[in-house]
Amino acid sequence: MTDQEILAGLGEIVEEIAGVPADEVTPSKSFVDDLDIDSLSMVEIAVAAQDKFGVEIPDDQLKDLTTVQDVVNFVAKNAGDSA
Amino acid sequence: MTSSSSFPPAAGARIISLGGYQPANVVTNDDLSARVDTSDEWIRSRVGIISRRYAGPDETVADMAVVAGGKALAGSGLSPADIDLVIVATCSTEVPIPNTSAMVAYRLGIVTPGAYDLNAACAGFCYALANASDAVRAGTARHVLVIGAEKMTAWIDPDDRSTSIIFADGAGAAVVGPVADGEPAGIGPVVWGSAGDMADKIAIPNRRSYMYQEGQAVFRWATTTMHPIAAQACERAGVAVSDLSAFVPHQANLRIIEAIARKLGVPRERLADDIVHSGNTSSASVPLALARMTEHGDLKSGSPALLLGFGAGMCYAAQVITVP
Repeated sequence: MTDQEILAGLGEIVEEIAGVPADEVTPSKSFVDDLDIDSLSMVEIAVAAQDKFGVEIPDDQLKDLTTVQDVVNFVAKNAGDSA
Repeated sequence: MTSSSSFPPAAGARIISLGGYQPANVVTNDDLSARVDTSDEWIRSRVGIISRRYAGPDETVADMAVVAGGKALAGSGLSPADIDLVIVATCSTEVPIPNTSAMVAYRLGIVTPGAYDLNAACAGFCYALANASDAVRAGTARHVLVIGAEKMTAWIDPDDRSTSIIFADGAGAAVVGPVADGEPAGIGPVVWGSAGDMADKIAIPNRRSYMYQEGQAVFRWATTTMHPIAAQACERAGVAVSDLSAFVPHQANLRIIEAIARKLGVPRERLADDIVHSGNTSSASVPLALARMTEHGDLKSGSPALLLGFGAGMCYAAQVITVP
């Protein structure tokens, strides 16, 4: 799974859960400050990401993932570990 | 040995009537914003609540249970003497002794019934309804008064914005009795359980503290594990999700129940959203929502509705009922 594939998948998830168009979900964006996504939506996004990528993002790690790139990196790193 | 049953076993149980009670004091989001750092917009977007009801300072769990129970009893056409068992589901009594159910029964003129309180937190009413159904089917009771009653505000820190915006007070009740001969059961098989490994996520740590909850952990648990439980209850009742007239989950948080409904495949218009003007009243929320919906004509008599309770413990229970 490339970073680009993860980014595209994450964009779909964010669009479905928070109604933010997928093309606005770019690496440097902050979920809270730029995309206006709150903590509960972040949990929903984490759960959907687990279904899609097979990578669990626990709540205590989720709070440190502030940008889109942070999530892409987390998924890429942990998907690699479990592969 | 003679049978221990007091009555002939029934083929099935049903809800005969419902009753609800909400305290008079309406608390708006703006009222709360005046005390803690929050806003109407923030509360609506996070939990979906516009207003809730708070019990008066001297109003007890038993007081609210008596009103809701009295309404259900009046609607049943039965007399107090017909009630053999009273179960009060509650987790917020002022004191644990004496039990609320015995006091409530006495105040309603129900003489010498079996009476016990049941604590399965926000799942309490669905647990109690299952117990009542089993008692009627076994013949240990003929008619049961089941009440969910809570004064959550007694255990909430008014300055804690993570809980004070959500929890509220109220009571709801149902009279349960046997179905007529040849009629199908009106209370379906219960699917229940608990997850004690997560019990620290919603707790009152000691008798001098307030309740707290880890919102994100609870949100994740409820939105990932409850829809299969609800689906299983439908399956065991032999009812397709698409045939449900309503899905009445514990009114925990509008976003949680919308997510569960979405995953279960229940259209938004069939989801009970009593939380918007009632807040989260723990074990009272399911019967209160049911009572209000039937009063307003939102539920068709004889149709199947799915109930789902879930909360601290982390206890959960689901069953399909026939709307009285």
